[in-house]
Amino acid sequence: MAQVLVFAETRGTSPRKAGLEAVTAARQLADATGGGEVHAFVAGPPGVGGVAEVLGQHGADVVVIVEHAGMATSNREVVAATLAARAKVGSYRAVLLPFSAQGREVGPQVAAKLDAPIVSDATEIKAAGDTLVVTHPAYANKVIATLEVTAPLAVVSLRPSAIAAAASPRTARTETMAPAIDPSAAKVAVKEVIEGGRGKLDLGEAPVIVAGGRGLKAAENFRLLEDLAAAFGNAAVGATRAVTDDGWRPHSDQIGQTGRQVSPQLYVAAGISGAIQHLAGMRTSRTIVAINKDKEAPIFKVADYGIVGDVLEIVPALTAAVRDAKARH
Amino acid sequence: MKIAVCIKRTPDSESRFRIAASSTAIDEAGLKFDIDDFASYAVEVALQLNEKQGPGETVAIAVGPDSVQETLRKAMSMGADRAVQLKTDAVPVDGLAVAKALAAELSAGGFDLVLFGKHAFDTAAGVVGTATAELMGIPCVTAATKLDIANGRGTARREIEGAAEIVEFALPAAVTIDEGIARPRYPSLKGIMAAKKKPLETKPAQLGPVRVRVKSMALPPERPAGRIIGEGAAAVPELVRLLQTEAKVL
Repeated sequence: MAQVLVFAETRGTSPRKAGLEAVTAARQLADATGGGEVHAFVAGPPGVGGVAEVLGQHGADVVVIVEHAGMATSNREVVAATLAARAKVGSYRAVLLPFSAQGREVGPQVAAKLDAPIVSDATEIKAAGDTLVVTHPAYANKVIATLEVTAPLAVVSLRPSAIAAAASPRTARTETMAPAIDPSAAKVAVKEVIEGGRGKLDLGEAPVIVAGGRGLKAAENFRLLEDLAAAFGNAAVGATRAVTDDGWRPHSDQIGQTGRQVSPQLYVAAGISGAIQHLAGMRTSRTIVAINKDKEAPIFKVADYGIVGDVLEIVPALTAAVRDAKARH
Repeated sequence: MKIAVCIKRTPDSESRFRIAASSTAIDEAGLKFDIDDFASYAVEVALQLNEKQGPGETVAIAVGPDSVQETLRKAMSMGADRAVQLKTDAVPVDGLAVAKALAAELSAGGFDLVLFGKHAFDTAAGVVGTATAELMGIPCVTAATKLDIANGRGTARREIEGAAEIVEFALPAAVTIDEGIARPRYPSLKGIMAAKKKPLETKPAQLGPVRVRVKSMALPPERPAGRIIGEGAAAVPELVRLLQTEAKVL
């Protein structure tokens, strides 16, 4: 029976959605390979062990807790060293983790430490005997690659939002573990964390994304999208490259081939023509709504629902209607 | 400073892709290949650091078949001093294997700084830079949007979800470069001529076992054709109804 080790990413002492999705993926992989145990690994400041209950709800049989006051800011080297040390003492088939900013650093470090092959940015994992079969969208989502990983232990990072977090409740046993290296001895020291919009949902995690392009005509008109996002209540605001290049929105808000690649439940494209580079970042969204004055715009080819017209008129009307619909729930 | 820049050759990202008859690769016929965008930012960062800090050396390194020589010449036409090809029949999708070949070459090189693109357009896996640094035992910063080097130490900025971090580290170190850090220069005619005479060394790549392979490649399913439900704000009630009853997202 294959056991699966999974990095349940947290920020501060709270679980992150991408971490819960990884636990669900681990549960599914373990169940598909004979029902082995899922061991969820959490590391952070004192108190982070409080996430054990919610990890159990998502299918973790064991929660390995690493608490250290020196881990108030994410410390990838400590996480990687400790996760790798844990992987060595168990009989694990795979180490899973989110393909997040933190996971992008932790995954390759763990793979190198364990001499285990790694596949990044997976949207699906299946086991076939000694081989893991992993789906990975490549070439900016224009090609779907199916990769085979042949090794007794493999590392796989998961694209956020690709696998929905699901309940598989049990009461997880907890174990504690000391950090494998002293956090103060990390080779890369985090000196400062600059919060950009504290409390706002991240584009990778928001169930709804409201994105704007040049069609909004001016930076200040993004306020209309902020209002629409607030009406949804679970939305983040994104932008096209043209808009971030012009400085209307921060670079980190860019969705597209060279920016963030997102797959929300609902994507509202406002004043976005739908250049191929932008589509590469959002075409895997479940439902796409497009609002654009040009009915020939390519965005309408991928949109489930389109409205032709002036975004500055339609977005406020949509905001009011969404607020209304939410109020009636 | 002695700086290594590890680069990859990738197809033009705006291409329309087809799948090769083998169904395990894209059809390369008619595609334009060049240095990957993120790798070109890394080359630019290396050149600017050495221009600012006085005498240094910038070495471009690539793993791959002889077609990467053209990519290495491109880096030298931008200003890199010399290049190393770690020769393989093809670049494996096993990022750890590629990292092993690079680490074997770089470890004895005496480099102060090893730069990579954040990831390459083709696989966007972002494994090679971080894994190479780990194998070399040097600090690694991924996806830097700002990089300053002074007195043997580096400071970098990296974007994380909803925030940015300022990090510090000692050299030698590896940094993977994100977009927005520097605009890569176009090679001058003089640079292109000079690059032809610059040294390009070819060695076998020490990949070790390759344990990740492409089983198949396919084009993604087309999204079903969308529909325009109306014009102007008058269409909003119908949109909200569809979001509630059909898409069930509201």
